[in-house]
Formats: sequence, structure tokens, C-alpha cells
Amino acid sequence: MSTPIIDVKDLKVYFPVRKGIFGKTLYVKAVDGVDLSISEKGIITVVGESGCGKTTLGKTIVGLIKPTEGKILYKGKDLRKLNKIEYREYRRSVQMIHQDPFSALNPTKTVYQILSSPLKRWGFARSRAELIKKVSELLEVVGLTPPSDFLFKYPHQLSGGQRQRVVVARAISVNPKVIVADEPITMIDVSLRIGLLDLLLDLRKRLGTAYLFITHDFGAARYFAAKGGGSIAVMYLGKIVEQGPAENVIHEPLHPYTKVLLSAVPVPDPELTRKKKTIKLKSLDIPSPINPPPGCKFHTRCPESMDICSKKEPDLVEVKPSHYVACWLYTR
Amino acid sequence: MSKEDNIIEIKDLSVYYLTVRGYVKAVDDVDLSIRRGEIVGIVGESGSGKSTLALAILRLLPTMARIMKGSIYYNGKDLVTMEEKELRKIRWHEISIVPQAALNALNPTIKILDHFMETAKAHGIRDKEWVIERSSKLLELMRLEPERVLYAYPHELSGGMKQRVLIALSMLLDPKLLILDEPTTALDVLTQRFIIDLLKDLHKKTNITMIFITHDIAVIADIADRTAVMYAGKIMEFGDVFTVFKKPKHPYTKALIKSIPSLIGDVNEMKSIPGTLPDLVNPPKGCLFSPRCENAMDICFRKDPPTINLGDHLVKCWLYAKEGGSQ
Repeated sequence: MSTPIIDVKDLKVYFPVRKGIFGKTLYVKAVDGVDLSISEKGIITVVGESGCGKTTLGKTIVGLIKPTEGKILYKGKDLRKLNKIEYREYRRSVQMIHQDPFSALNPTKTVYQILSSPLKRWGFARSRAELIKKVSELLEVVGLTPPSDFLFKYPHQLSGGQRQRVVVARAISVNPKVIVADEPITMIDVSLRIGLLDLLLDLRKRLGTAYLFITHDFGAARYFAAKGGGSIAVMYLGKIVEQGPAENVIHEPLHPYTKVLLSAVPVPDPELTRKKKTIKLKSLDIPSPINPPPGCKFHTRCPESMDICSKKEPDLVEVKPSHYVACWLYTR
Repeated sequence: MSKEDNIIEIKDLSVYYLTVRGYVKAVDDVDLSIRRGEIVGIVGESGSGKSTLALAILRLLPTMARIMKGSIYYNGKDLVTMEEKELRKIRWHEISIVPQAALNALNPTIKILDHFMETAKAHGIRDKEWVIERSSKLLELMRLEPERVLYAYPHELSGGMKQRVLIALSMLLDPKLLILDEPTTALDVLTQRFIIDLLKDLHKKTNITMIFITHDIAVIADIADRTAVMYAGKIMEFGDVFTVFKKPKHPYTKALIKSIPSLIGDVNEMKSIPGTLPDLVNPPKGCLFSPRCENAMDICFRKDPPTINLGDHLVKCWLYAKEGGSQ
């Protein structure tokens, strides 16, 4: 197997919080021991509830947050050991699409200014004629045609879907190898969501981009990963509890947490959705990531928890081909 | 069907927003009847006019919005022409609304109990004992602990708890109709499920009529008895939820169902709807969906289609105009 572009090893990201003035510094364990590797043109979708650490994981992978422990390898080399030139290449090769297309674009700049800035910064184009040509090409790639209609518009003159396309254009402008897309479709219209996901998949075909797609929406996670032949990783309190091929995770989930989540999602079929039996949790409240429960972090809410679950944390192991789960039900 | 069955009858309603570019036709020529005791889902994309329609019922529209024409009958009385004084007796007492972005709707500087107190006071109830008793009962119905929640400030509650507090608050004066604007949006999967189940339970126990507004068609499939599909300020299809989902008639409904990435069905059959919403200041001629419609015919670009009644199932589309529909 070739070296993955990004290899995350036992990554931990803790944020300090202080309770009271003289209180001890405590740590929010946002990411608490994640292993993940993104291969060339690979697709991984990370799903989880808010607060599970999925966005922190994404931001750490693009280099916006420093890991507390563990390491991230870029093309097999530890990020902390990259020299200046290599680090620059890594920052260019790993781009991020943020959730909110309304705040991700500078309202005082035109589309042309927004898109030409990274091109200049990384030396992809210099003269104005060259820049206009390049920016127009980018707009065409993301489906904002004809480009002349969009070049000199300001973000407020565009719809949510169009803005998100500008954000995508900016991310691909510097030929990245990996794009971390954090909830890219949450803020855009329902009827246009699949369109944006298809655009991202199409870019992978044309430019060979790999994706780490972060979402709370199982439907979107399934669509993106299944269409792109990728995997779904389910996160809970800073850990990946299950990872496997998209349709397998959706239709034959292994981890009790994944089963609970999937049983709660309504589906657009009145008969099926009313027949669905929601699996009840022992407790609806997520434990605090400052002081997560010992053993398996899910055991306090798990409908199937056993003695061992509160004592020892299960490892993520392969129980079916390419399908991994961290649960004592499947390991001994 | 006799008139008594309907708690709300909206007739030919148009609500426009005045902007520098002209009138935005947010709700245009809408007819909608809601039967007593049912849950009606109104589904549509952002900008389809579903929230405007909900706000118009209680005349809580923003200042730049105008009800241009039409009427909204509540138990036979027209809310559009009713005097403000009389309308105040209907708001919260008879019809209550849980607004969108409800998570920011609570006052961060006062306790939850004071929200109930202030609401009661504004509606002429000064009996503190009664308010505590009633709010405790409602919070329990929402599976919240009254002792804890009543004396908490909003920031001490999670998003799902705040949403449940707001539903309880809207029920304070025992309304007959509850309008819920995107009550499950921005909530996590498990909290969303919990709220849906609570609302179903509330409906079962009180038989309250509900208007449930959302962009999420899966939620509608789960909770509603009947559903209206809105597009660009117009109701495109209205009928029993099973019929609308299993045998959708309007090309927009069909396309909308296919455009949702869901857990069921083949991912290769899901696809987005090409094009974007029309400009509601200068809407295109004819059917507003025609520029994006797969089945558009000549007439669709020329004339706005009538609403055809296919037996308790309304469709606003030329495809069905010949097949013996009424109107």
C-alpha cells in the first residue's frame, strides 16, 4: 500500500479550562486518541453529534490547531519535523471548507479578489490577465457560469449555494491533495445540497482530491461516502467508535452508539419512518468531555453495556473486512 | 365537507415584503384549510414563504411585510381584518407560535419561571400560584424537572431543553392551535428524535391542532397527517402525507423527495434540482417552477396553473388540468 497523504496517529487535542479563579486547570478532551489515514483520492466522512470533536479533528489536520499528543504524518513525515519548504507545501496541499459560507468570505472583497489572492500567494499566476483567466477557469469548474457574471460581484450579491461554490473554488485554487470539508452543505438550500456534494465528487475525479468530510447528517454522510466509495467514521466524545464502508455502516451498524443514532434518524417515507423503532439510551445527556467516564466512554448511555465496559476501554478492531469497531461486544 | 371541521381557513392570501427593488411576493394566492386536531406539515426550501405564512396567521409579520389581500378565518372570524385588541385575545390564548431560531428566543437575564410569569401577566393573569402549577405541569409534559428548570437561567439549559421550555411556554394558556416554525432544526439527531416524539405525545394527549413548518421532509413524513409543499410563495401540492410521499403528483414534490440524501433508497437515484429559486420581485411568467421543471410544457411558461383537486389531494400543475379536476 502506498503512503497515505495524511496519517493521524493516536491524536489528542485538549483545551484548557479553569474552574474558578484559584481552581485547577482542567482539560476538555475534544479529540482523545484518534487514528485515521487519508489515502490519495480517498474519502472519509466523519459523523457525530455536536461536541464529539469532529470539527477539532478537522482543524487539527489542516494545521489550524496544534495537537496536544500524538502525531500527524504528511506523506509519511511528522508535521513537527517538516522543514519550512515542506511545511509550506503541506499547508497548501491540505485545505479546508468551512461550515458557514456567509462568514467565510470577506464581504468587502469581490469574487475576483477573493480567488486571486491565494493564486498570487502561491505563485500560480502573476499578471492581471493571467489571474482573470485562472479565476474564470475556477469559477467554471465550480459551475458558476458564465464567469464574467460572477467575477466582480461581492459575496452579499450571491446566494448561499453560490457562495459555498466560491469557497470551494478558493479551496481548490491551489491544487490541494486533501480537502477537509466541515459541514459544507448545512447552510445551503435543501434542493442544492446534493449538487454541491456531486461537485466535490466530480472535483475528485478531475483533480484527484481526497476528502475528509465532516457532518452531523447521516444522510449526507452516506451519500458522499457511498457515491465516492469511501468510508464512514462515527465519533463519540473524541474517539472513533466505528469505521467502515459507507453502506455497511449505514445498513449493518455494529457499535451500539451507531445503532442508536441511525434508529433516531427520520426517513422520507411515512410508512418506514413510523415503523422504525428508536433504540432507547440509558441517558440522553452526553457526559462532559472534561471528565469522560472510564472504560468505554459510551457505557453510561449504552443499552448493551456489560461489566467490562466500565473498566477497560475497547480498541478499534477489524471485525468484518475493512469494518472496524471499538466495542467489547465484538472483542474478547 | 362542512366548515366546522376547519380550525383555520386561509383564502387567497398574499403577503409581500416591500424592498428597494419592489415587492417580494413571499406568499402569493395561498389557499389552505386546516382541520381541527390534525398535524399539518408545511415543507419548503428557504425563501419558499413557509415562515411568512405562519407569521401572517397571527399578524406577527415584520414591519416591511404587508398582507396585500386575502383572509385567514379562525373559527369563522377573519384574523386579517380583526382589530388588534381582539387579536390579542386570540394570540397565545387560542393560537400560539414557537418561533424559528427559538434557541435565542429566551431572555438571558431572567429565570425560566419569569418567562412564564411575564407571559401570563401580559395576558392578564396575575395569579402566581396558578402560573407555577401550570408551568410545572407543562414542563413535566415536556419531560423536564420543574424544580430545576423553573429557577434556572436560559444559559444553564442545553439547546434541546430550551426548545422544550419554549414549547411548554407556548402551551401556557392552553391554545387550540400550535404553530411550530422549524422546531427541530439545529438540534442533534437524538434531541431531534426526542422532540418529535414529545410533540407526537403532546398531540395524542391534548388533541391540539399543529402546524409544523420545516425544510426537512423526513421529519414531515414522521409526524404530519397532511402536508403542504410550498415553492416560491405558492402551495404546489397538499394532501395526506402517505399519498404525497408515496404518490407525489407535482414535479417539484417528486424532485424534492429525490434531492434529499437519506438513509433509504439507492444513492444513485438521488439528485439535486437544477437551477435556483426564481426572483420573487420579478417572478417568471407562468408556473414559478417551470424553469426548473422536467415536465414543463408550453403552457407552463405562459400561464400560472390552477389548483386541481384530485380527491382530497390538491396539485397546482398543468399536467393534471385536463383530468377532470375542479376549479
